[in-house]
Amino acid sequence: MRLTELFADDRFVITSEAGPPKGVDTSKMLEEVDLLLGKVDAFNVTDQQSSVMRLGSLAVSSLLKQRGAEPIFQLTCRDRNRIALQSDLLSAHVLGIENILCLTGDYVSLGDHPGAKPVFDLDSVSLIQTAKTLCEGQDLAGKELKGTPGFCIGAVVSPGADPLEPQVIKMENKLRAGAQFFQTQAVYDIDQFTEFMNQAEHLDTPILGGIILLKSAGMARFMNRNVAGVHVPEHLINRMEESKDKVATSVEIAAELVRGMKDMCQGVHIMALGWEKWVPDVLARAGL
Amino acid sequence: MLVSELKPFDEILHSLDGESTIFLLGCHGCAEASHTGGEEEVRAMKTSLEEAGKTISSWTVLDFLCQKALIKTGLQPFKGQILASDSVLVMCCGVGVQAAAAAVDTIIHPACNTLSMGGAQGEWRGSERCEECGDCLLDFTGGICPITACTKSLINGPCGGAKDGRCEHQPDVRSCGWQLIYERLQKLGRLDKLAEIHTVRDHAKAEPPKALRSTTFWALEQAKE
Repeated sequence: MRLTELFADDRFVITSEAGPPKGVDTSKMLEEVDLLLGKVDAFNVTDQQSSVMRLGSLAVSSLLKQRGAEPIFQLTCRDRNRIALQSDLLSAHVLGIENILCLTGDYVSLGDHPGAKPVFDLDSVSLIQTAKTLCEGQDLAGKELKGTPGFCIGAVVSPGADPLEPQVIKMENKLRAGAQFFQTQAVYDIDQFTEFMNQAEHLDTPILGGIILLKSAGMARFMNRNVAGVHVPEHLINRMEESKDKVATSVEIAAELVRGMKDMCQGVHIMALGWEKWVPDVLARAGL
Repeated sequence: MLVSELKPFDEILHSLDGESTIFLLGCHGCAEASHTGGEEEVRAMKTSLEEAGKTISSWTVLDFLCQKALIKTGLQPFKGQILASDSVLVMCCGVGVQAAAAAVDTIIHPACNTLSMGGAQGEWRGSERCEECGDCLLDFTGGICPITACTKSLINGPCGGAKDGRCEHQPDVRSCGWQLIYERLQKLGRLDKLAEIHTVRDHAKAEPPKALRSTTFWALEQAKE
């Protein structure tokens, strides 16, 4: 199922995330997916997240499909040149994967193989364009394909970026290149998100607001220091700090954020980072 | 020597879309030797552009455009003509184009593609500014090279990794190149330049014949005893 079908039905779309393990033991990841089966519409399968080498997103997307979960195959431009990226997209199609998400990718120095050669042959905009070209029956060299793949093509945007304008300009370019929906970096400030949605309103494209479940005040401070485009306001950090029941407070904050966003956008993307079992509570408390 | 070639005339003309008065800037250094930006080429460009309906406010050929410290002085007598022009067309290597862009607050267009630096970095030695990609994009980026200024060499705008204007890789020493480009284009009132989508780079252009990639010492090494 393509996400575009859900947007066409005016459904409020809920996506979550599956993080492939370092190694080949997929049991914990699949358990986390099972907890959310039927409760969310699709799962992003991350591609060597934070430049840390792991099991591949293509293989895990295929495992999810076999399990009855809808995968969103993430591809970054960091590790593969245009030949490998196009080939993986064709592979994804024959494995039944219908949704993809195109990203630039973190720099190699952020991960556990900092000496790796950074590729970045394509960038997020040209990767989107490449996927669209394949869907039109041609490859980047202009050669005709035997059998044409089809994808719902997603992209990302960072509403908390400062300055925001270049992000919105790039979003316009992604849209013109062929993007059909957007997921955002984690949002903790509804006013900031409202400002972003106002600036992106003219684009008339489905946007899924991003949410990362806060696990502690320390995690919030860590993200403020280290994660670009993420800003957890002080009052939320204080609530986590003073809380006797971190899980309950985290669920409460996430539900407030979903409620704050849901009338402005077409869905939410919840990144639970191991706290998958609390996601149904977030959705219930948010009235979804 | 920094080896350059003139971009196709249609590409140059396209970069001047919507502009009528142009100032031409050539270079007596490597560009003259490459036959891309000496007096003869600048005069020929003037004629071609006038035939295409453009007005040339004035022109000059300076010694070593890549010497950022000196070109401000060299351009001083032409300040009036430059300010009265819509843009400056710079006929030299990528380092010279960036030095010119850093010297004057107006739109700068590159007329050339840089094929090889021959092991040199020009006279603006603060950092590496041109990667000899053979397909100069400085026209779209306000005269700041995205290939060298952006760690990931992205050509279609910033990634989401910059924080407080610093790159996610070595933030203590690296600015976000795309933020610099954005700020420059904003200052010039030309953010429309960012709306252009660039298709994939042709990396074959970045691999010129070995002789172009090397210094004259290489040629000497190759010479038969």
